[in-house]
Amino acid sequence: MSTPLAEGLHARPAPGPDRAPLRLVDQFQLGLDAPICLTWELTYACNLACVHCLSSSGRRDPRELTTAECRSLIDEFERMQVFYVNIGGGEPTVRADFWDLVEYATGHHVGVKFSTNGSRLTPDVAALLARNPSVDVQISLDGATADVNDAVRGSGSFSTAVTAMERLAAAGFAGFKLSVVVTRHNISQLDEFAAIAARYSAQLRLTRLRPSGRGADVWDELHPTADQQRRLYDWLVARGESVLTGDSFFHLAGYGDPLPGLNLCGAGRVVCLVDPVGDVYACPFAIHDEFLAGNVRSPGGFAAVWKDSDRFATLRAPDTGGACRSCGLYDACRGGCMAAKFFTGLPLDGPDPECVLGHGEAALGIRDAGGRAGVPAPSQDHSRRSRADHTALGAGPGRTPSRTVEQVPVALVPRRPDRACDESPLAGLRTTHGPR
Amino acid sequence: MSTTLDPPSAAFDLDRPWDLHPRVSLRREPFGALVYHFDTRRLSFLKSLDLLAVVESLGASPTAGEACRAAGIDDERLPAYRHALGTLAASGMICERRPR
Repeated sequence: MSTPLAEGLHARPAPGPDRAPLRLVDQFQLGLDAPICLTWELTYACNLACVHCLSSSGRRDPRELTTAECRSLIDEFERMQVFYVNIGGGEPTVRADFWDLVEYATGHHVGVKFSTNGSRLTPDVAALLARNPSVDVQISLDGATADVNDAVRGSGSFSTAVTAMERLAAAGFAGFKLSVVVTRHNISQLDEFAAIAARYSAQLRLTRLRPSGRGADVWDELHPTADQQRRLYDWLVARGESVLTGDSFFHLAGYGDPLPGLNLCGAGRVVCLVDPVGDVYACPFAIHDEFLAGNVRSPGGFAAVWKDSDRFATLRAPDTGGACRSCGLYDACRGGCMAAKFFTGLPLDGPDPECVLGHGEAALGIRDAGGRAGVPAPSQDHSRRSRADHTALGAGPGRTPSRTVEQVPVALVPRRPDRACDESPLAGLRTTHGPR
Repeated sequence: MSTTLDPPSAAFDLDRPWDLHPRVSLRREPFGALVYHFDTRRLSFLKSLDLLAVVESLGASPTAGEACRAAGIDDERLPAYRHALGTLAASGMICERRPR
């Protein structure tokens, strides 16, 4: 099998004297003329209400792109040679035009990987998907058992996902992805997740819990402890390339060898996010005005936003490393995840909240002593108005109710699925390096 | 499924006609090119402009060796390019062309 993106990037020189003056990773840091791939949230509507939803989804936004607008955006991706899009939401399959848009994209040299909670994945759909090699599917599951999963994703969501996996396997769709957001409560189930993936000929993908969207409300209680992070790293190293990570654990590289992947933040440089109303953000974890680059409906469309946005220009500038620069591990973790820092109220040029040396934890302590000043308010929220399910979810195994949720005693409303894209849009890219 | 081992470059036949796989897209970049295979959903990098030139001329050349020569690759550099083409062949990015 090919090497992962990261290995292709690490100092394997091109043949001949004409090798590029910069390492690829440095080229990427400065940004490309077009994204390699991007995440596209098609709708904020969702039939679930996951507690950690990165895009705070639930209700459709009336301004969402029309079918015609979606098609012309795909045309633009084709012209820019954006190789593929990671489609999410919300639950993208609730859009009536979803399957048509998938067909349209793959017919126009834009590959599709979409994330789903599986609720619309009928046997017919599974058969259709299995016949289209340009499509990949990612089923979200956040517990290897119904109790652990449903506490986060809502009642019944475990069995829905399992049914979807059964249908994909029955249709002969091998190698679809089983996508898991690693939390404090499911991190002891890694082997069980691997077994589930194997059962359906799927590939396991583990991604990092981000404090984005509703994830901000539950991050304190759900993010892995320092000990758990260490065990996760060791588990991932032992599994090698058989488990995908969407490059989302690059902040753990300081433990030792880098994990397979890019080990680079591609936000606004080689990837970005387009949201349901056409707003373009630096990455899927950064749906906030702070990272808003523009809108695809503006003159010049998506290409102009990608090329001319001041926000993206800032991201593409050489970074100083700030407080982390003097750390011996800086070259390994590059200061971690921008979005994780931003949404926990930490300075962007400081340590990641889950810094392996504990600097993030210390910074969070200082933040809390200061009354959590600096923690940003969300700039959008499409959650359904009843947040009662949070209360019920708080009663799940080992869970405490989220601090920001009203304690309304109502029965569990299935909360939104997590967005389709809990990972770097580059996730899962299998790369072969060219010349050596 | 080799990941760190070198692909079977020794098996790559420079004397055969080759071409980009019909389901592969090539995107030019300052460093060379990005290559994406829509069926395997794999991304590769061509990390030099010379390699890009070789790959681009594969389809119009009678053999891969001819494509290398057309791109100005001399005998000394040829083994590295043979290896690179072997890597691309192993991942299905390029495939052998039926003789015309």
